[in-house]
Amino acid sequence: MTLDGEKIIDADMVIGYLHRSMEKLAEERTYTQNIPFTDRTDYLAAMTGNLAYVLAVEKLCGVEAPERAHWLRMIMSELQRIASHSVAVGIFANDCGAWQTPVMHMFRDREKILDLFEMACGARLTTNYMRIGGVSRDVPPEFMPAAHKLVKELPKKLDEYEDLLLSNEIIVARSRGIAVLTPEQAIAHSVSGPMLRASGVAWDIRKADPYAAYDKVDFDIAVGTDGDVYDRFVVRLAEMRQSVRILEQALDMMPEGPVHAILPTATVQPIGNPVAPLAIRPPVGEAYGCIESPRGELGFYIVSDGSPAPFRFHIRSPSYINLTPLKLMSVGRTVADAIVILGSVDIVVGEIDR
Amino acid sequence: MRLDAAWYDLRDIGNAVGALLEQIREWGAPDWVPYVTSSVIAIVGILLWTVLSVLAFIWIERRVVGLMQNRIGPNRVGPAGLLQPVADALKLLMKEAITTRNADKTLFWLAPIVVFIPTMVVFAVIPFGEKMVLADLNVGVLFLIAIGSINTIAVFMAGWSSNNKYALLGAMRTIAMLISYEIIQVLVLLGAVLFVGSMRLGDIVAWQDDYGVWLLFLQPLGVMGYVIAGAVEMNRSPMDIAEAESEIVAGYHTEYGGIKFGFFYQAEYLAGFAIAAVIVSLYMGGWTLWGLEEWVPGWLIFLAKMYGVFFIYIWSRGTLPRLRVDQLMAFAWKFLLPLALLNVLVVGGEVLLWQEQDLSSGEALPLFGAVNFGLAVALVIGWALALGHRRPEKVAHRAILTQELGAIFYGDIAPRP
Repeated sequence: MTLDGEKIIDADMVIGYLHRSMEKLAEERTYTQNIPFTDRTDYLAAMTGNLAYVLAVEKLCGVEAPERAHWLRMIMSELQRIASHSVAVGIFANDCGAWQTPVMHMFRDREKILDLFEMACGARLTTNYMRIGGVSRDVPPEFMPAAHKLVKELPKKLDEYEDLLLSNEIIVARSRGIAVLTPEQAIAHSVSGPMLRASGVAWDIRKADPYAAYDKVDFDIAVGTDGDVYDRFVVRLAEMRQSVRILEQALDMMPEGPVHAILPTATVQPIGNPVAPLAIRPPVGEAYGCIESPRGELGFYIVSDGSPAPFRFHIRSPSYINLTPLKLMSVGRTVADAIVILGSVDIVVGEIDR
Repeated sequence: MRLDAAWYDLRDIGNAVGALLEQIREWGAPDWVPYVTSSVIAIVGILLWTVLSVLAFIWIERRVVGLMQNRIGPNRVGPAGLLQPVADALKLLMKEAITTRNADKTLFWLAPIVVFIPTMVVFAVIPFGEKMVLADLNVGVLFLIAIGSINTIAVFMAGWSSNNKYALLGAMRTIAMLISYEIIQVLVLLGAVLFVGSMRLGDIVAWQDDYGVWLLFLQPLGVMGYVIAGAVEMNRSPMDIAEAESEIVAGYHTEYGGIKFGFFYQAEYLAGFAIAAVIVSLYMGGWTLWGLEEWVPGWLIFLAKMYGVFFIYIWSRGTLPRLRVDQLMAFAWKFLLPLALLNVLVVGGEVLLWQEQDLSSGEALPLFGAVNFGLAVALVIGWALALGHRRPEKVAHRAILTQELGAIFYGDIAPRP
């Protein structure tokens, strides 16, 4: 970042400090062993990372998850979206200078969601819950009452946040008209997720290419009108509400049944490895599975050569691609704005560097 | 008064000290002995009190902000975490006082001292009780302003000598801010001085006691200006721009560690207490509370009020986001400065009216209070509207909810909350 006093005259991304070579590592491991990697790309939204990957592999294998697994995946993704947006909104307010208070309040709700994850799969952050052909296990009996309770109290909490943050003079002053991305610019930079929607483009993969059970529930796309920092924040708050709406329907409509499909025998073959005696060997080919993660379009591009490990494993990570217009957004603004702009992009460094 | 008759009179420690001095004089000591003794007593008293207050308030602030933030705060060291500030202070004392290699060593060492001394010296002119003032200067208010601005130099010294980009940015922001806000501070204090007709803080308190009214009720604009300018001077949220931790690490004291950082930290709290003390003395009747000072020691009333005012700053730190530096400057020059000037004008007019028309204080003061309050509300709202407070690009809105996939809503009018 080159400065002239407080003014930014040039900005460049210097990334790679959290590079863990995940894409290459994944080429050495079996398809099932790669699922935990997807937790650790976007560590604030592990469920959606899992889901995008297993969708890609399922597409490759031609496996369809059972109905209940679809609903569970959707519930988990939406819980994850609320948790992730809580962090995004809280940290954004923190970047505006509201010293920790919004973050701590947001974390209070996120904590309850993480408790639900713990019930479902034993882990809170790196969940490793989805499996190729379903989910790892059904939710325990105490999950549903707790989820119902949470869904009942969340709207009240969201009202509180909207009251306190949405019309806060200083937040409005700090974020309106800052870092405007027009729809053309946003699309040209391949921006996706809340950032694209804040620029006024009603685009949501949950609607455009419904996966899991999103075609069976009713929800709206939240879009902004100005494409500025404030709209990204507003869109995230509105999306949390829509997620609650999806959860309300999903918790009532979820069918009973198995949660894991039986994989076709052609794809499951012993490989003689003592650690993974049975490995999935998808047919030769390639597949791209993408979902609407809390940060945008999260896609996994997988090429199979018929062996138990993927030949190529590529992650289209929304944090990385949403950060590309950073220079466009921050040049000409001040140092203080740059922080708010970064906060509005809602980056997860693990996902930028993989 | 004899020492043995007055030592227990805690209503005003000044009484006890006065009796002690008389006793010394009676013993036949030369004139300078009681003079030096009284100074030493007062200085030691103020030093002890400030250190203890700072330690106490570090704990209070952390616990209170903890409550606001839905967490517990320090509760491990000592009962309810009470010894946490002591532990922190000891830690700072034991740490190595590092000077970075490229720093300007003299200035780097000098800055914490220069920032610390003025914040202590300010308390010399603050009347803690009727006779409890170390130096009863007849230009007390001027002294406050003069001493308060030394801070700026110290902060710039720290920022410049650190040879660090964040420190320099913080220092530059501080200079810009403090210069603008000192003008406002002077103007609002001028209002109070003009009305009372004295720069001695004791006189201002006595005036408020005599007329039975706080200047707070007579000059709401002045108080508003001073509270905001004070927040800037002590680097408190929403004006903690000079050390904005999410933007420039820790601003001007980024490179400081150990006890040198401790000095900055304590100076920040002391500056806060000083601002609160000035607000209490000038605008909230100081050590008086409509007759209660007959029963309760005046210094207790003063401290209670002072801590109450300081609590407002803690509260704002726990709740408000931070402004940008250009917004803060615009706020000073476009909003506060005209209002402060108008305040001086109105107060001057009122003083003139009071003298010329020969009004009794019973008629004049309620009238002035009502007029000034109405004027303050009208001016603040009117001026904000004139500056475009309610313009559509400055108000909050909500997201549009839609089912239309692929539609573009850029530039549409969003619903209001």
